[in-house]
Amino acid sequence: MENKRTCLYDKHVALGALISPFGGFDMPIQYTNIVEEHNAVRQACGIFDVSHMGEVLVTGPESEKFVNYIFTNDITDAPYGKIYYGMMLHPTGGVVDDLLVYKMGEKRFFLVINAGNIDKDVAWIMEHAKNFDVTVEHQSAYYGQVAIQGPRSEEVVENVLGIPCSELAFYTCKEVEYNGETLIISRTGYTGEDGFEIYGSHAYTNEAWDKVVASGKALPCGLGCRDTLRFEVGLPLYGDELTDEITPLEAGLGIFVKLEKENFIGKEAIAAQKAEGLKRKIVGIELKDKAIPRHGYDVEVDGKVIGQVTTGYNSISTGKSVCMALIDAEYGKLGTEVDVRIRKKVFPGVVIKKRFYEKNYKK
Amino acid sequence: MSKIVEGLFYAESHEYVKIEGEFGYVGITDYAQHELGNVVYVDMPDVDDEVEAGEDFGAVESVKAASDLISPVSGTVVEVNEALNDSPELVNADPYANWIIKVQLSDASEAQKLMDAAAYKAFIGE
Repeated sequence: MENKRTCLYDKHVALGALISPFGGFDMPIQYTNIVEEHNAVRQACGIFDVSHMGEVLVTGPESEKFVNYIFTNDITDAPYGKIYYGMMLHPTGGVVDDLLVYKMGEKRFFLVINAGNIDKDVAWIMEHAKNFDVTVEHQSAYYGQVAIQGPRSEEVVENVLGIPCSELAFYTCKEVEYNGETLIISRTGYTGEDGFEIYGSHAYTNEAWDKVVASGKALPCGLGCRDTLRFEVGLPLYGDELTDEITPLEAGLGIFVKLEKENFIGKEAIAAQKAEGLKRKIVGIELKDKAIPRHGYDVEVDGKVIGQVTTGYNSISTGKSVCMALIDAEYGKLGTEVDVRIRKKVFPGVVIKKRFYEKNYKK
Repeated sequence: MSKIVEGLFYAESHEYVKIEGEFGYVGITDYAQHELGNVVYVDMPDVDDEVEAGEDFGAVESVKAASDLISPVSGTVVEVNEALNDSPELVNADPYANWIIKVQLSDASEAQKLMDAAAYKAFIGE
């Protein structure tokens, strides 16, 4: 099947980006150099095309009740503009997808889902919506999205795009009228830095991209560094740390699952897993050497396989080779010595916190 | 435009070997380092390890990917480029000066099966 393209695809090609498939789209992985792009976001500002992300609008009398039923976080009586991170779960507790829920207004919720899961998620949402008085609109084809990330992103959004955003708190959003269309801007991101995400028409997305790139105030950044950035601050990627078979508790994301909520899909499985205790969990591992533990490599103790690496890099910000890995919980204590098998050799490492670099959010 | 050095022998997997008497210096080409991007780790064999033409003897790792190193020649590793342990980025800076292993060749005629500079240039389409 042919991959989809975002509304900015031609700009990526013109900039000479290395293009690779991701989540069913041909996406820019890097423009010039992943290290420079990564550092631009940590130190100044970068702009990403994240138009591949999916959007679903849920409205109607029972919209709050419905979203609470399919979502692990609790959106009850949320103030307008508040954003929640959480997951949709299978009844088994495995993750259908992780997503953001934006409370846009009275009985109006905007769901942002992963590109690679759009078809699965929309079918899932539609199926469960049948039992509620709600309207579900799949809007992925309409919206383009740019993420402007880094300590200087507020300055770029205000001065280059002319959108006032300094008053936006972390994980909040607002709607902005611009040239006859309604944009959504939120103080969110996937880099561990301060930043904004702006949803608009394809025309606006092109305009915003062009203005920001032409200003020279933000470096075009590909999905390559988006992954190294999110990884360093311990954020999960669906497909690596979260899958249909991995639960939020195993991924260390229990705080986003509100078991005190009345009812939601997967609640019983998660409550049972919590009561029984975890058999496996995602931990951080730091290697002594610079060899890089990558997705799927075995983690071993005394020659016995105890799990697999989910994501690993030589961290650009710290220079250390680190990974997240899903391993037997009995080896998950901080300080436990474990080995990672990289090709034919075994490299010694130690279990550490899976935040390899401190987040720098503006709260 | 990738740098290609006359007098070296090149493999389709983008390693080169520079023959000096009974020894061969093996590294990756400029084209390869450019395709890989920032090299952050070079996984090298130990001295005295045997390498065989067409078999992997280590890997070069960039941020995003690990790429196996395939030996273009057979023989015994007599030296590894220790400088790459601390400064793997030297492979990006000058891949021809920064060879990865020095091999005592078991069969010097093997190099004749590889591409010369002109053939490699055509191979990578430049």
